[in-house]
Amino acid sequence: MPDVSTQDKDIEHVIRVENLVTHFGDREILHNVNINVRKGEVMVIMGGSGSGKTTLLRHMLGLHQASSGSIYMLGQDITQLSKKQMYEMRRNMGVAFQGGALFSSMTVAENIQLPLYEHTSLDDMTIKIMTRMKLEVVNLAGFEDLMPSELSGGMIKRVALARSIIMDPRLLFFDEPSAGLDPVVSAELDELILRLRDAMGMTIVIVTHELDSAFRIADRITVLDQGQILITGSVEDVKNCDNERVQNLLNRKPKDEDIDPEAYLQRLTREG
Amino acid sequence: MLLATPIRLIEKIGFESIYITRLTGSMIIFLVHCLGNIFILPIRFTAVLRQIYFIGARSLLVIIVTGMFTGMVLALLAYYNLKQYGNMELIGAATALGLIQELGPVLAALMVIGRAGSAMTAELGIMRNSEQIDALECMGIDPYRFLITPKFIATIFSLPLLTCVFDVVGICGGYLVAVINNDVPSGAFIQGMITNVDWADLRLGLVKPLTFSVIIVWICSYKGFYVHQNRSGVFGAEGVSLVTTNAVVMSSVSVLALDYVVGLIML
Repeated sequence: MPDVSTQDKDIEHVIRVENLVTHFGDREILHNVNINVRKGEVMVIMGGSGSGKTTLLRHMLGLHQASSGSIYMLGQDITQLSKKQMYEMRRNMGVAFQGGALFSSMTVAENIQLPLYEHTSLDDMTIKIMTRMKLEVVNLAGFEDLMPSELSGGMIKRVALARSIIMDPRLLFFDEPSAGLDPVVSAELDELILRLRDAMGMTIVIVTHELDSAFRIADRITVLDQGQILITGSVEDVKNCDNERVQNLLNRKPKDEDIDPEAYLQRLTREG
Repeated sequence: MLLATPIRLIEKIGFESIYITRLTGSMIIFLVHCLGNIFILPIRFTAVLRQIYFIGARSLLVIIVTGMFTGMVLALLAYYNLKQYGNMELIGAATALGLIQELGPVLAALMVIGRAGSAMTAELGIMRNSEQIDALECMGIDPYRFLITPKFIATIFSLPLLTCVFDVVGICGGYLVAVINNDVPSGAFIQGMITNVDWADLRLGLVKPLTFSVIIVWICSYKGFYVHQNRSGVFGAEGVSLVTTNAVVMSSVSVLALDYVVGLIML
């Protein structure tokens, strides 16, 4: 596999999704999705529940197989990589999942240290120091020996973030950072994400449906609805977009659905 | 209307065939992947030791208790049946052969399924549901190698040993019932055992737990690892409970079926 560390210096778009189509069974979830993420930017993928944003994220992480289309990460099409090559590629990626996905049988420190023990030959002392550094970054110094069950929701997200940046990845993915958090903790987490971008120069992709959070941290926003991209642009572009579905999302307005009495009756009386 | 039922039947057969073919293929790929990882160095010794402690050491008490009562029942049955023919010296042989060839491997395997196999399925299922397995993938860590291979190595190592413990404790239980409770001469019990149990019996008694261990980890790990693909489409806590029950039933039935096949080949 070519060395991605030298490659991505020349790449403007570190993530490129081209004509992505995906199905769950017979149902098409993403319809011909195209996104480019520039190096060093915070790209927020926004949309309502069931819009396909988490599915898109999971495709970018190589966790789902696309029906068609390409996903270029640091210049390489990950849909064409072998399993081994994909594991190599993922060393350049950090992921913080919505629920944290911390290993419940491991302490906070052990969770954060896991990638270092698996992928490096650093000695225990260095790993310990690196762990403490990352915990300092997420304001959790001194919490090394706690178990995940002893942490609050916000703390779990911050530990997950510390784990995702322990290998100093080039790309950071964050699924619903603010979900389930109070506004203060949510704002703290947003600040933290911006600090990470500025201090470490990471390219960050965030999936969220929290409008305030998205407008605060995004360099650019992609709005997804029913598996289709409605707009990709700056915060102002999105706010000024005249697409009705985008405005409905921004103004928290429920969809107006025309009820077809015939179809409604058929739905109620169909067999099976 | 008349044609609807046969067409539905054909459809059902078709769906079932596709499902079984997919499941078989997927399970075989899973097994090959996991077994292949056993031979890739370095082996994760700490993880293997932790699993040996969980699967082996922590099953010891239940194995000792079950083994003791099984041996006692075997000796009791042998005593009452052989008494009619005056063949009391065969009590030792009957108890030992019953345990070594059949009951030791099967009952030890069933105990391990109930205690450790179900825990394996539930643990992996919960890890899948809470995205911990995805997190491993995203960290560039092979979840098969990290989570399942240590379970395979530990079970392949632990189950034959647990079976040996079961056999020994069972024979001791049989000895207590025959010699102490029913006045069978101690020499007759031991001599009958020495005369009638040979290496072929011991070999059979060790090959069985080895094959059972692979089957148990294979089914229990697969069910938990792929909880999100379970056929009923039930997820979350109910999904985990469903696949755990499935794993226990499927691996128990497989152990009994395999017991017959191995016996048929080796006897």
